[in-house]
Amino acid sequence: MTNVLALTLRTAALSTALILPPGLALAWLLARRHFPGKAVVETLVTLPLVLPPVATGLLLLELLGRNGPLGSMALRLFGLDLVFTWRAIVAAMAVMSFPLLVRSARVGFEGVNVRLEQIASTLGASRGRVFFTVSLPLAAPGVGAGILLAFARALGEFGATILVAGSIPGRTQTISVAIYQAVQLGHDREAYRLMGVSALLAFAAVFAGERLVRRGPH
Amino acid sequence: MLLALVLAAAAVLPARADELVVFAAASLTDALQEIGADYERTTGQPVVFNFGASNLLARQIREGAPADLFLSADEAKMDELEKRGLLLEGTRRSALSNTLAVVVPKGSTLHLRAAADLASPAVRTLVIAEPSAVPAGIYARQWLRSLGLWSKLIDRTVPTENVRGALAAVEAGNADAGIVYRTDAGISQNVEVALEVPAAEGPRISYPFAVLRRTGAPEAARGFLAYLVSPPALDVFRKLGFLIQP
Repeated sequence: MTNVLALTLRTAALSTALILPPGLALAWLLARRHFPGKAVVETLVTLPLVLPPVATGLLLLELLGRNGPLGSMALRLFGLDLVFTWRAIVAAMAVMSFPLLVRSARVGFEGVNVRLEQIASTLGASRGRVFFTVSLPLAAPGVGAGILLAFARALGEFGATILVAGSIPGRTQTISVAIYQAVQLGHDREAYRLMGVSALLAFAAVFAGERLVRRGPH
Repeated sequence: MLLALVLAAAAVLPARADELVVFAAASLTDALQEIGADYERTTGQPVVFNFGASNLLARQIREGAPADLFLSADEAKMDELEKRGLLLEGTRRSALSNTLAVVVPKGSTLHLRAAADLASPAVRTLVIAEPSAVPAGIYARQWLRSLGLWSKLIDRTVPTENVRGALAAVEAGNADAGIVYRTDAGISQNVEVALEVPAAEGPRISYPFAVLRRTGAPEAARGFLAYLVSPPALDVFRKLGFLIQP
């Protein structure tokens, strides 16, 4: 039980940390820049939200499997297996929660007054400095909500995870997978306990996220 | 357009009232699809299958799933339903058996001369069906235990939801070896049988069939059950590598 919880929290935290840099960069680009193919990028980013998770999982399995492009590379270069390990869990969580982070952070960046960024620039601030001292702090509620939503989504990831990471007790069993497994084995009490824990976690994350959004720049 | 889609879906979705719904062990998939098609062709009685791990199917039946027949991959799951009074009395029978096989991805360089070689470091992942609940996994664990290998292999064992999941992991090359039924190994072009487990050495594998009490069509269900153990159906099972129990 604590094992399952620890693995879930660790992988979800790692996945959220991993998607943060690319997620914020993309959110900022989508909020501030126009470029060819923007609509395609927007659609691609949203895809994991609307595609059946299991379909995303299948795609990941093809990519991360020992004979897949990424899986074979990891095996060749580092001797690492991806599928059926915690790495696959992180990959599934990252892909599934990426859209939530990007969408929410994008709204955050869009809410920042462009004039403030321009003023900072004319006062001599570099682009990076403008981003980190003006845009990011002002967009913090949206970004924060995105992080929490992504984290909560990662905690609950199931469909893609079970395909790429399986359900190895103590090694790749996250809360969702453990619940499914417990139900299958007829261990209902265990399943209900896990359900309670995951409900608490999800509630806490969403509640915190909502509060952040409320404090937004409106 | 959305409306058209919804209407199209509605036209396709409803189950036909005269269909027999059969919950069957995943390892029976290929045989039953062939037998079901034959049966429908000759009798006009449509049969639809829900394939999965027998423990999962038994659970669904316990929860009231609308099934007419249950074809399990082990006696324990059927015993459980019988104890709960969910079987139509007098319909339970066991006609099929199977053996286990160790499979490796096609072209694998792994050399397994005996079961003990599974403990070699070259086998990093061994995939089997969930060993505490799914029949194929329980059988595999029994076999490994009887050889004193289970405790050595448990750390490299990856459980899957059902036996076909284990087969798929080996087919994709994501596991170094897997233990499945001989009949599963037979249907795949992408695995090689590294070791056959002789019937005498492996656990006793038995597939019990029964009509479920809640069936709305007991006569049709009995009819299909009788067909399953008749020569034309047994020929299909035999062709796919199943053993026929006397």
